[in-house]
Amino acid sequence: MRALPGGARVYVGIIVVSAVTILLIGPYTGIDLQTLIVVALLFVVAESISTSVGSGGKAGMSPSSAVSLAAVVLVGPVGAALVGFASCFAVRRLAPVKRAFNGAQFALAAFAAGHVYLLCGGVVGELGREDFPAVVLPYVAAVLAHSAVNSLLVGVLFWTLGQVRPRGRGRFNWRPLVAVELSSMGYQMLGLAIAAVWGGVGIVAPLLVLLPLFIARWAFAQQVDEARAHEATLATLCQAVETKDYYTRGHCMRVAEGAAMIARELGMSAERVQKIRYAGMLHDIGKLGVPTKVLQKTGKLTDEEYAAIKLHPTRGYEIVREIGFLDEALAGIRHHHERLDGRGYPMGLVGMEIPESARIISVADVFDCLTSTRSYRKAWSVEDAIVELRACAGTQFDPRMVEALVRAVEREGWETPDIAEPPGGCYGSAAAEAASLEDEAAAVPDPGTEVSEPAAVSAEERAVPAPAEGAAPTTALSTGTATGGRDR
Amino acid sequence: MTQRQTEGPPPRRPVGPEGGALSHQRRSGPVWRTPRPVRALLVAVVGAASLASLVWTSATGFVEPYVALCFCLVIAVGELVRITLPGHREVAPIASAGAVGYAFLLNLGEGPSDHSPWQVVAVVACGVAVGELPHIAVGRAPRVEDVARRVLSAGLLAIGFRPIAEQLGLSGPSVTASLLMFTLVLTVWAVDALLAAVLRAERLRTRLRVAAGDEMRAQFASGMAIGSSGVLIALSCTVTGLAGLLVFSAPLLVAQVAFRRHAEVRRTYLETVRALSRVTEVGGYVENGHSRRVSHLSHLVACELGLAEADLLELEYAALMHDIGQLSLREPIAGGATVLASPREQRRIAELGAGIIRETGVLDSVAETVRRQCEPVTGDGDEGVPPLGSRIIKVANAFDDLVGENGDAERREAVLDRLRMDAGTEYDLQVVEALATVLGRGRPYGA
Repeated sequence: MRALPGGARVYVGIIVVSAVTILLIGPYTGIDLQTLIVVALLFVVAESISTSVGSGGKAGMSPSSAVSLAAVVLVGPVGAALVGFASCFAVRRLAPVKRAFNGAQFALAAFAAGHVYLLCGGVVGELGREDFPAVVLPYVAAVLAHSAVNSLLVGVLFWTLGQVRPRGRGRFNWRPLVAVELSSMGYQMLGLAIAAVWGGVGIVAPLLVLLPLFIARWAFAQQVDEARAHEATLATLCQAVETKDYYTRGHCMRVAEGAAMIARELGMSAERVQKIRYAGMLHDIGKLGVPTKVLQKTGKLTDEEYAAIKLHPTRGYEIVREIGFLDEALAGIRHHHERLDGRGYPMGLVGMEIPESARIISVADVFDCLTSTRSYRKAWSVEDAIVELRACAGTQFDPRMVEALVRAVEREGWETPDIAEPPGGCYGSAAAEAASLEDEAAAVPDPGTEVSEPAAVSAEERAVPAPAEGAAPTTALSTGTATGGRDR
Repeated sequence: MTQRQTEGPPPRRPVGPEGGALSHQRRSGPVWRTPRPVRALLVAVVGAASLASLVWTSATGFVEPYVALCFCLVIAVGELVRITLPGHREVAPIASAGAVGYAFLLNLGEGPSDHSPWQVVAVVACGVAVGELPHIAVGRAPRVEDVARRVLSAGLLAIGFRPIAEQLGLSGPSVTASLLMFTLVLTVWAVDALLAAVLRAERLRTRLRVAAGDEMRAQFASGMAIGSSGVLIALSCTVTGLAGLLVFSAPLLVAQVAFRRHAEVRRTYLETVRALSRVTEVGGYVENGHSRRVSHLSHLVACELGLAEADLLELEYAALMHDIGQLSLREPIAGGATVLASPREQRRIAELGAGIIRETGVLDSVAETVRRQCEPVTGDGDEGVPPLGSRIIKVANAFDDLVGENGDAERREAVLDRLRMDAGTEYDLQVVEALATVLGRGRPYGA
């Protein structure tokens, strides 16, 4: 908190001062002191537990806000504000400024919720049987007010911290935010349950309500850990497979990133983005079935060798098809060498017959191939690679995916691999060092000459026996084929 | 080397070693000669009791039929959205909480609810049956013993609670009532976990004490969530009426979503490792299906030796990935069978594999198991005896390498004899004997 900007400092000051003012002014008449103390204690305990059980902010608001809302019903707005402010004393590792802000934020939100609750005709105190259907509406209003004030306070804080940056072209990713808000409102509805059984069983009530919630939170945290472990294992195994070919090191992770960037740019749901990411990671797993000497061969490929390479998407699909959750992404692995004009493999699908995920991975794959060094040529610059992708859009690639990648790369940038000298030394050591040390733009000076550069063309001649139509666009196109045939 | 794999996909095997262990047991002979008598007994007893309760309650008339119908519906919905926890455990938190709530229901505002325990059993059984119908219709038959356990728990709670509550004159939320409910929930949870352990031990042929520990650990979180929600429903319904039944299932819904996602990630993790363990086969480094057969065999042997569930999972990962070090070799070793390679070569492959697995940062003990998989049982250097997991994998790997994909009974016997000869110096005697027991059960191994 040392680097807190001036605006944020003023803002936090205002919030804390106003919360303290409310607490000092607020009439404390008619509040059952014992209930107040017990509820405040509970809130502190719940907050402390939730931070130790929780998974670091990602799961949204902690279930303890249910207690805060129960306080609105049991002890009214001022009491609830006091309970909210008590969260400063929760046991956790947090800077004093953050503590003060959190407490003040809870206090203000609860205070506002309490007044809304009273305005809508809610009754303060232990609820009885006769209150029941009537109290639900004011309570819902209070929950909404609580969420609104909370979001507002936090939103302004982030704005003063400069952490909210406007996303490109006014598109705002609202889905995760809505999910968090809905789940926290679900939690807060349970405050009513606490208030309802408070009269009968007192302190046992929150225990009953909070126990399942904390168990849920624990399970969520476990799930997050497990998902992380899964991801790490998957990545490691993919990289282990790549060790066969020195030049493709890191390829799968970069294709995964590229595919995810395209998918995000197309506005896909987080879940689909994740699947496509995994498919990108796994797209070349079938290469393991290709003999090492074919993969690392620097000379011309024979027909049989080319046929062996052509088998790898199908092989990969056979390996991973039992990973149930990948479903549509499996098709992406199987068809990532198809081309829009139908000259790809393994099935020669045409146009939109090719699954969307395959079209995404295909673009990301070729893009990474072009921008990284291979045994038979140097890496291209990002700009050249984009020119090449655009030239092949419509024949080899889906133009929509190409444009999405271009937009994403422009905004987020692209990390090109730095290849040190390979152990075998099949590539000129000076050139490899140049590629690794210099900026990628400096390594290849002229985009115009790059496409028809001898190295690239010879690669194409080596790999592709059949199509040779001569015209300039075709050259670009079959260069794509060449990289496709050789690299992926 | 690479042509071998092109002949079509291998036949799909049932998912998971537990699923595998289960599905191989074809029923031979008449129905009463089942390999799992406890399960059959449990299902029969619970089924008969439910039927009897239903008939009895119908004959004497349902008390407060409207309330019974509401609970029955909630239980049915909960059963419909049941989930499978890691380790093939089917649970239906909402249905169970509804059942607990109905068993503990004291008062719905219009006077005390005095339904009999038999009515509770009848209502729960009806709800469960209705909720399972759609599952059965689409061919996802439940695990009957889990369903039976759910009905049984509700019945035990009702039989324990209702007479006492009547005697104490409990009629609304009070500290006594909640204490009584908590005690009962804990007791019945323990009984249920024990029953589950007996079933698990019978299914996996493992030791009861180990199975009990596994079940207690696995069902603690879900059991507590279900129990406290059930108590909450029962208590709050006295204040809020039947609306509380719906509103207060909400926290459990959150818990259920969390459990389900956790189970999904777990399953995906296992599926991923299982699928990727095949890369060594596709790469031509080992024989087709070798990793899976070793993993399957290790699992059976480990169950026989009484490993706990967490260790079983780690062993499975280690067994699936035990040959992954070969990926770092430039070309496959001849025949792919590590047992025939020189000890130095074997050790190098194990070290390389462990290195890869350690890279993940999350599977350190798996890496350790893989690293020491080729050490003789007497130990190697000053590190002492290798971990049990490594010793099991060593035996299973040697057995599978020597028998091969289609070894007949005679060959298996010969290989077993050969392993026995080296037991005590190279292989662990206990593990070899466990392997003999597993193979002696007469189930076609690796089929």
